[in-house]
Amino acid sequence: MPDQGTLEIRNVFKRFEVAGRTVEALSGIDLSVAPGEFVSVVGASGCGKSTLLRLIVGLDRDYDGEILLDGRRLAGPTLDRAIVFQEHRLFPWLRVEDNVALGLLKSALPAPEKRKLVREHLELVGLSAFAGAYPAQLSGGMSQRVAIARALVNRPDILLLDEPFGALDALTRAYLQAELRRIVRSEGITAVLVTHDVEEAIFLGDRIVVMHPRPGRIAEILPVDAASGQDRASTSFAHLRETVLTGLGAGHPALPGRLAA
Amino acid sequence: MSAVTIIPPAGEAAATTEPKRRWNGLILPAVLILLWEGASQSGLVDDRLLPSLGTVAGRGWSELADGRLAVDIASSLARDVSGFAIGSALGIPVGLALGLSRTLDRFVGPTFNAAKQIAVFAWIPLISVWFGVGEAAKIAFIALAAFTPVVVNTWAGARSVPRTLGEVADVLALSRWQRLTRLEIPSALPSIFVGLQLGLIYSWLATVGAEYFMTIGPGIGGLMTEGREHFHMDLVILGVLLLGGIGLGLNKLAALMETSALRWKRY
Repeated sequence: MPDQGTLEIRNVFKRFEVAGRTVEALSGIDLSVAPGEFVSVVGASGCGKSTLLRLIVGLDRDYDGEILLDGRRLAGPTLDRAIVFQEHRLFPWLRVEDNVALGLLKSALPAPEKRKLVREHLELVGLSAFAGAYPAQLSGGMSQRVAIARALVNRPDILLLDEPFGALDALTRAYLQAELRRIVRSEGITAVLVTHDVEEAIFLGDRIVVMHPRPGRIAEILPVDAASGQDRASTSFAHLRETVLTGLGAGHPALPGRLAA
Repeated sequence: MSAVTIIPPAGEAAATTEPKRRWNGLILPAVLILLWEGASQSGLVDDRLLPSLGTVAGRGWSELADGRLAVDIASSLARDVSGFAIGSALGIPVGLALGLSRTLDRFVGPTFNAAKQIAVFAWIPLISVWFGVGEAAKIAFIALAAFTPVVVNTWAGARSVPRTLGEVADVLALSRWQRLTRLEIPSALPSIFVGLQLGLIYSWLATVGAEYFMTIGPGIGGLMTEGREHFHMDLVILGVLLLGGIGLGLNKLAALMETSALRWKRY
């Protein structure tokens, strides 16, 4: 019996039809994520990293290969996987607490227990005072924290993050990255983060998966040792950033022929 | 914590900046009333064709005093409300079904769109045959008038539920019912209210039309028919003023209901 939250991706291929032509979005993806591990996936736009998350969460079921959670093949969305999108995607007509409670609608827990969980998770993201506010009354950073609470409230085994802080200003982003790290560590959740921000990937990840585009594939997987991930100002952090950027092919413009595909 | 900022409701400041402007819309009606009174007082127009304000007011008072006016207004309103209630109670589910089911949209949509081009008054002969010439026919006609705009707008609202929020519902594994009540209906609600407001206007017009074109009975339309037949223009003008006033009131009521139902939209 494996631990809760073991994600295995085996030889996954994903193809799209675009204007009559077949585009290979993902090609032979193999990746194992251990329980409690935080994996960052980095890559340029179009490398299929968001597509990979959509396959894992179950929004897209049309692929070849296998995606297993705790040894079971995934078929469609279930509450053991949660996702935070780049946009907060809160329901504008629901108050903050009701938006978080959406994550518990399908749960069989008794109502008082659900209310307690919502309260606890608003506390976790520091928004207890805004339980009764509407999304339009919140700043972008606050909205994204509500989205994180909504994703976590049902205690999923795996948290998927699709460029969750991409639309935020630099200060809010740094603050939320630290918050996310604290939350994920305290909850012991398995997480997969997709980002194009290399520093974010190093700061949050235990491992970094570097992807290349056309077709989307894994180029290399780099471990982050705990010490260098902690301190953005350290030389080891800078070294790792250089390694990842080199792995991404930064400074080597893509060939025109490849871009056209 | 710099991220914690709360944006104040936008509506409040805007509403209080220029209170005087709110009365600008009343200038034209006031001028028209003065012109009307001036014309009838000066003898420029025949008093039988355009009775003075005083005559109309007097007529209103005497109709009110013998209790007829109250019966007429109550009959018209009751008819209007029953027709509107039936039309929108059928229109909302039909619109939701059309907007949420691609199959229905494809198979039923074109037929509905063709049928709605038929002017509502063209249905009167058919409705008279199907429902007779009594109260049932009038209410069926009013219901039909409300039904069309409610369906069209509910349909449009249900069709444009944001795909991004639909994915959230997918990921949270919401049931069909939860999806309908938490996502689809609230998302379509602003559109549904547009439909209801139009439906209210259309059904009020249809109420008068039904009373005017179908059998005579108590109602504002009946009152006007009687005025025309006996050449009591004061009665006709009284009817016109009542129609406008009540229509305006119904519209205000609908707007008020919308604001309270869509509280989240004010921020």
